[in-house]
Amino acid sequence: MTAATEPAETATATLPRKQSRFLRKMRASPAALLGGAIVLFFVVVALLAPILPIVDPVATDWMAVRQAPSAAHPFGTDEIGRDVLSRMVWGARASLLAGVISVAIAVCLGVPLGVMAGYFGGWTDAVISRVTEALLAAPFLILAIALAAFLGPSLTNAMIAIGLSAMPIFIRLARGQTMMVMTEDYVESARAVGLKPFALVSRYVVPNIFPPILVQATLTIATAIIAEASLSFLGLGQQPPAPSWGSMLNVAKNFLEQAPWMALYPGAGIFLVVLGFNLFGDGLRDALDPRDH
Amino acid sequence: MLAFIGRRILIAIPTIILISIFVFTLQHLLPGDPILVLAGEERDPEVLEFLREKYRLNDPIPIQYLAWVGSALQGDLGISLRTNQPVLELIGEKLPVTLQLAVMALVFALVIGVPAGVLSAYKKGTWIDWVANVVALSGLSVPNFWLGIMMILLVSVKLGWLPASGYQPFSEDPLQSIRTMLMPAFVLGTALAATLMRHTRSAMLSVLQSDYIRTARAKGLAERVVLVKHALRNALVPIVTVTTLIFGELLAGAVLTEQIFTIPGFGKLVVDAVFNRDYAVVQGIVLCTGVAFIFMNILADVAYRVLNPRMRDK
Repeated sequence: MTAATEPAETATATLPRKQSRFLRKMRASPAALLGGAIVLFFVVVALLAPILPIVDPVATDWMAVRQAPSAAHPFGTDEIGRDVLSRMVWGARASLLAGVISVAIAVCLGVPLGVMAGYFGGWTDAVISRVTEALLAAPFLILAIALAAFLGPSLTNAMIAIGLSAMPIFIRLARGQTMMVMTEDYVESARAVGLKPFALVSRYVVPNIFPPILVQATLTIATAIIAEASLSFLGLGQQPPAPSWGSMLNVAKNFLEQAPWMALYPGAGIFLVVLGFNLFGDGLRDALDPRDH
Repeated sequence: MLAFIGRRILIAIPTIILISIFVFTLQHLLPGDPILVLAGEERDPEVLEFLREKYRLNDPIPIQYLAWVGSALQGDLGISLRTNQPVLELIGEKLPVTLQLAVMALVFALVIGVPAGVLSAYKKGTWIDWVANVVALSGLSVPNFWLGIMMILLVSVKLGWLPASGYQPFSEDPLQSIRTMLMPAFVLGTALAATLMRHTRSAMLSVLQSDYIRTARAKGLAERVVLVKHALRNALVPIVTVTTLIFGELLAGAVLTEQIFTIPGFGKLVVDAVFNRDYAVVQGIVLCTGVAFIFMNILADVAYRVLNPRMRDK
């Protein structure tokens, strides 16, 4: 999509056809459409949370503790009488925000590093590759736990930790893609004409490596949402009383016998939204794959 | 081969140094005087001064780092504030529990994921393929701690088939130990089974298109022989690589699984350490998992070469 706004003459000639093929393929894939619809639904719900006719997500009601789903509380109430539906809606904000922001961190740091490594090669590449390996060597949850332990648990620190641990994927992807683009004739010609590295990268490299990065970002949002929920479940993400699907499950597991609905809905929410991103990402990948025409 | 392994280990050294710097830096992220944190409840000035000397906090930071690495190399990762046990000893105590969980989960993942992948590739485009793909994608999308909670609700609370928690050491009562681990291992194995299924499927799909499969079929070999002896054997290369690489996922998943089923393993140790502000334990665990992960990566590279003779000359 960035490519469409690029002034590069070579690109504009081929783009309209490419884009219509993309749209055609996306439309032809029911799975991708379903995924997109699920994602859209949750995004709309999360955005509209303040104006939806639901009760305050942190308002407690001691007369309505652990009530089974009813007309007044469609998803039931929790251990201190808060409305589960309302907490789900507000929790969607936390989940989506965490997914998008942590992936944004990973992309904004990872892609420039990867492009640099691929473009300059040599020492730059060696140093960046070692750092990438070191980052890869810390499983995300362990890294997140370490940061939460030393920086203090909060949603912000959880997002930083998730973003940092997702960064290596983007470094590697951008590096590989850049190396591939660099062997193309048009890059060689641009170089021969004397284009400066920055102009060359922003005009020819970035638009060309954009599609695979978009696919990876979509799929990584899915993992990042699970990651945030996991951390909040452990008590290392969103802090109470602010609602988050993960922390709702953390409490719910203590009331499984008395109030199973407390565990059912938040988990189903995570599952659905992650499934949506996965389906949509898989569809994007198939539609943007240049190999099969 | 030996030269290759040697080179891989040499390349790993800078990575390990970077990890150690990261872990060391962690303690400097703490707000306030680190010694007050390290000392816990202790406020006696003499003790504090002793600790300051011991951790060389009066020295410049590079010297502190070298001293810390020096003792880490000798197996001294500090002392747990909580139990007063050496950190390495604590990790050693909890590791077998997590290993049992991880191995059982891996068995689940292999037993479910690989056959499902083979079948799905073989029946590409049929309803079997479709079902396998839907199940796999769901397995990847379901948060395993929620799956665990739902399994407890169904299997333990409603049906009463398996215990919801409680850990039995394998050495004391192997049968009971496996029984209590069944559900956690299944929960931990689900996402891995899904990953393995997807990799097996794509590996099998590309192998099944190759000439030697057509030749094997043309020879009149039984379909089962073609599938298992010719196709799967070649598809194994990426499968083995993926299996060694999901170690990190397995470990992260174990942290959550142990929390849900209250299994006293490695993951429970690190989460408890965070809440008890037992920093030495957290640092020790991050360092150990980092180094272990690097060795798993080397193992994956080596396995890849052993299984794939074409790679050896390169």
